Amino acid sequence: MLHALHSIYTGGREFRAEWLHLIGQTYQPVECECRPRANMQFIAVQAVSLFINNQWQDAVSGKTFPTINPATGEVICQVAEADEADVDKAVKAAHNAFRLGSPWRRMDASHRGLLLNRLADAIERDSTYLATLDNGKPYAVAYTVDLPNVVKCLRYYAGWADKWEGKTIPIDGDYFCYTRHEPIGVCGQIIPWNFPLLMQAWKLGPALATGNTVVMKVAEQTPLTALYVASLIKEVGFPEGVVNILPGMGPSAGAAIAKHMDVDKVAFTGSTEVGHLIQQASGSSNLKKVTLELGGKSPNIILSDANMEDAVEQSHFALFFNQGQCCCAGSRTYVQADIYDEFVERSVERAKRRVVGNPFDLKTEQGPQVDQEQFNKILGYISSGKREGAKLMCGGGVAADRGYFIQPTVFGDVQDNMTIAREEIFGPVMQILKFKSLEEVVTRANDTKYGLAAAVFTKDIDKANYVSNGLRAGTVWINCYDVFGAQAPFGGYKASGNGRELGEYGLDNYTEVKTVTIKVPQKNS
Amino acid sequence: MNSQPDNDHQQQSDNGCNHQIPNQNHKSEHGDRPGMQALPMPVPDPPIQYTKLFISNEWHESCSGRKIPVYNPATGELLCEVEEADAEDVEKAVRSARAAFQMGSPWRSMDASDRGHLLNRLADLVERDRLLLATLEALDSGKVFLMAYFVDLMATIKTLRYYGGWADKIHGKTIPVDGEYFTYTRHEPIGVCGQIIPWNFPLMMFAWKIAPALCCGNTVVIKPAEQTPLSALHMAALIKEAGFPPGVVNVVPGYGQTAGCAISHHMDIDKVAFTGSTAVGKLIQKAAGDSNLKRVTLELGGKNPNIVFADCDLEYAVEQAHSGLFFNQGQCCLAGSRVFVEEPIYEEFVRRSVERARSKVLGNPLLPGVDQGPQIDQKQFNKIMELIESGKREGATLECGGSPWGQQGLFIQPTVFSNVTDDMRIAKEEIFGPVQQIMCFRSVHEVIQRANATHYGLAAGVFTNDIDKALTVSSALQAGMVWVNCYNAMSAQCPFGGFKMSGNGREL
Repeated sequence: MLHALHSIYTGGREFRAEWLHLIGQTYQPVECECRPRANMQFIAVQAVSLFINNQWQDAVSGKTFPTINPATGEVICQVAEADEADVDKAVKAAHNAFRLGSPWRRMDASHRGLLLNRLADAIERDSTYLATLDNGKPYAVAYTVDLPNVVKCLRYYAGWADKWEGKTIPIDGDYFCYTRHEPIGVCGQIIPWNFPLLMQAWKLGPALATGNTVVMKVAEQTPLTALYVASLIKEVGFPEGVVNILPGMGPSAGAAIAKHMDVDKVAFTGSTEVGHLIQQASGSSNLKKVTLELGGKSPNIILSDANMEDAVEQSHFALFFNQGQCCCAGSRTYVQADIYDEFVERSVERAKRRVVGNPFDLKTEQGPQVDQEQFNKILGYISSGKREGAKLMCGGGVAADRGYFIQPTVFGDVQDNMTIAREEIFGPVMQILKFKSLEEVVTRANDTKYGLAAAVFTKDIDKANYVSNGLRAGTVWINCYDVFGAQAPFGGYKASGNGRELGEYGLDNYTEVKTVTIKVPQKNS
Repeated sequence: MNSQPDNDHQQQSDNGCNHQIPNQNHKSEHGDRPGMQALPMPVPDPPIQYTKLFISNEWHESCSGRKIPVYNPATGELLCEVEEADAEDVEKAVRSARAAFQMGSPWRSMDASDRGHLLNRLADLVERDRLLLATLEALDSGKVFLMAYFVDLMATIKTLRYYGGWADKIHGKTIPVDGEYFTYTRHEPIGVCGQIIPWNFPLMMFAWKIAPALCCGNTVVIKPAEQTPLSALHMAALIKEAGFPPGVVNVVPGYGQTAGCAISHHMDIDKVAFTGSTAVGKLIQKAAGDSNLKRVTLELGGKNPNIVFADCDLEYAVEQAHSGLFFNQGQCCLAGSRVFVEEPIYEEFVRRSVERARSKVLGNPLLPGVDQGPQIDQKQFNKIMELIESGKREGATLECGGSPWGQQGLFIQPTVFSNVTDDMRIAKEEIFGPVQQIMCFRSVHEVIQRANATHYGLAAGVFTNDIDKALTVSSALQAGMVWVNCYNAMSAQCPFGGFKMSGNGREL
C-alpha cells in the first residue's frame, strides 16, 4: 500500500504531512482495522434525508433520487431530493439562526472555533467510514488525502474564528473610526462531486468561522458524505439552523438558492458554464455576493533543464489524480522541444502502469468516473482528439465491462487549437504539447479563457521567476503540482472564478466590513 | 480571565464557554452552567508527582543537590520540596533548548499546523487535569480554588487554544520592492527564549509565556517563581504527554538571584521575557545590555487609575472597582489601586465600597464561599502591612480593615482608605495587597493629569455613561489597557502590556 501510494505521489512532497502520518501512525491501521467498510447499504441508511434546523426531513414534494455506485453502476440507496420549497425552509432556518440575539450570533468567536475543532475531531474519528462512502475515488486516496485535508481545513479555520480582526483607523477630523468584520448572513453554498468532503470543508470552514449561517446544496452524484457530516455538525453542538444541507439537482435546488431573495451570499464550485448562471441569478435577484471556483485548462510547463523523472511523475499525477476530475488538472503539458520525445515516451510508460480498478482494492490508483454523463463526455473528447489529428499514444478506451472506468489516455502532438487543448475534459486524458522558447510558452499558456492553476518545472531560478510571474493563473506551482494547504489561497483568474478560498484571503468571501465613525470632542494621536 | 470574583463561577461554565449559549441541547460538558450542577470540588490530598527539574523531556535533580521548600500560605505548612535550579542547571536547560532548535531538528522541520495541533492537545490535557491543577494552584499560591478553577484554568486553556490557532497564520509578506528584485519576508522564531514568571498567576503566566513562543516555533527555558513551582511542573509533564519533542520546553524552578540571573545573563539565550516587579525588570534589561543584547520583553508593575464619573451606574461601578482591586488578594499588576471618584458621588461611593469590602469572606481558599485567601509569603505580608501603616501615618482615613486576620496563615483584612492624596506612598507605590485607595476629583482635565502622573502605565478603567467622556478619557490615559465600564476584562485575543515603566512589548 505504501509503495502503491508512493508511485502515485512520487517524491511524496505534495502530501508531506500526510506521509508522516501514513508512515508513523496510520500505515498499519490502513492494512488492518481501518479497512474500508464494505456494507454500503447499511451505511447509506443512516443519513438520506434533508438536514434542516438540525433535523432530518423528507422533501416537501416527497421526491427521492437514486445515488449510484460508479464502480458498478448499482443503486446504493434513495436520497431525499430538495426542491425550491425545501430551499425556502432551509433559508428560513438559516435566517432565524442568524437573527440578532440568537445563540449563534451571541456566541464567543473562540467558541465558534471550538465547535469547528470538535467537528474536525469527529470527522477524524470517523475517517474510515467517511472514506468508504466517497465517490468512486480509491479508498486509499480518500483516506490519506481527502480526509486529512478536510480535518486540517476545519482546524485551520477554527483558529481564525477569534483572530479575524477589524481595525481602528486614524480618520481625519475629530472622529474615532473603527471597522467590524461582520458575517454576511445566510450563505448559499453549492458544491461539486469531485471532492465532496473537501469541498464541503472548504466552504463550511470560513463561513462558520466568521459567523455566517449556511444552506448547502451538495451534488446529486455524491450526497452521502455531506449528510453524514451533517449528523456530526449536530453532534458537536452547532445550534439549530446554522448549517442546513440539501441534496438536490442544480436546475431546481441550485437555481432556487442562486435566485433566493433572502440568501445574502452564494458560493459555487463547479463548471464555468454554471458559474455564469449563478452570477446572472444574483444580478436578477438581490445582488447577493458571489464567489466562484470554476473550470480550468491549466498549463504545466516542463523546461529542458528540469529533473526528467520527477517532472514526468509530477505531470502524470497533475493530470490523472482523482481520475482526472480536478478543476486544476494539469491538462496542457507543455514540454520543451529538446526533451519532448523522451518526456512523451516516459509519460506513456507511466500511464500504462497506472492501476485501474476496484476503488476498495488498496493497490488501485484510479477508480471509475463519477457517472454516465461524465463518462460519455470524456469518451467524446477522446474521439475528437483522434479526429482532429492528435496522436493517441496509449489508452483511449473503456477500461472495464461495468462501471464508468476509462483507460489512462495520453495524446502527443497536440496543437493549441484542438478541442482537447481548449476544453476541460475532466477525465484521465493527458495532452502533451511541444514548445521552444519561454516567451512562446507563456503566451500560449495564457491563451485561454481559464486561469486557475499552472506549474513550471525547472532548476533555473530566473526561468522559474519569469514563468511564474508571467502566467495568468491564481495558483502557480514550481517543481511540484497540486500542493494544497489550508493556509494557502486558491482561486481563479479570468473565467476560472472570482474570489479566493482557503488561507486568510478565504475569510474575505464571508465578511461584510462595517465602518463605524464616532464624533469625539477632540481627537488626539 | 474576567475577574469579577462574585459572579464568575455563575457565569462561566466548566469548559470555558460563556453563559451566552443558553439553548444548546447537547451534552452537559458543553452548555450546562455550574449553577445547574454541583460546584467543582478540590481534589482531596492531591498527589504532588513532579518536584524535579524538567530538561529535555526528562526529570533531573539539581546539580547542586539543593531543594526549595514549598509552603501552603494559608497554613504555613510545608507542601513538599522541589529541586532548585542554579546557573549550572540553566546551562543544561539552554543546551537542551539549543539542540531542539538546531536546523533540521524535529521541532524546526515540523509543520506549523502541527505545532498548533500540539498546543491544542496540551489545552485538552489541561482541561482533563483541570481539577487537579486548580487544586495545586490554590494550595501553592493561596488563591481561592473556585477562582483558580474558573478564571486561571479557563484562561490557561483558552490561551493555549488561541495560540494553537495562530501557528500556521503568521504570514510574512511579499513586497513590491523597486528595481529588478523579488522581496519577501519570512517570520522566523527567535531561538532559545528564557522566560521568568511570577507567583500571582503561576499557571496562567506559564501559558501566556509558552503559548506564543511555541506557536512561533521557539524553544523555551522557563523559570517559575520559587513560591509556586507546582503547577508549572505538572504542565511540564503534560507537555511531554502531548508530544512536544525533547528540549522544546525546559522548566527550571529556582530563585531570581541565581537561576533568573543566569537566564538573563546567558550568552546563548536569544530572548528573555519577564513578568514581575519593575525593580527586577530593570535588572533584566541591564543584564541583556551586559551580555548578548538578547531581546527583552517586560510586564512589570502598575498603579492603575480607575476613574468613576458621577453619571455612571453607581452600584455596578462600586462592585467593579472592588473586584478590580481585591481580585486575587490584591496581587495583580492590573489592580485598580487608585480609584478616582467624581466629587458628587464620592461619599456614597466610599460608603458602599466599605460595605462591600466588609462583606468579603476570608478563609481556607479550598472551601466554597471563601472569596479571599492569604497573601503569598511573609515578605509580601510585611510589605503590605508596612504600606498600610504609612497610609495611616500620612493622614489617609482608614475606613475598614488595616490588620492581619485569623490565627494562622498570611491573611490581611480587606482594607479601604479614603481621603487619599496623590503624594501619599499608598497612592504612588504598588502595594500588591487587599488595600483600596479612593480619591476625589472634580474635572475631566484634572483627573487625566492626576491619573497619568505616575511612572507606571499598565492599565486603567473609566466608568461613565457619557460616550464623549469615555472616548476622551480612554484616549488620554497613558496605559496599555483601558477598560470602559468594566475592569480586568481580559481575553487571549486582546493584547496586554504597559506604557512607560510598566513594561515593554505586548503579550496575548
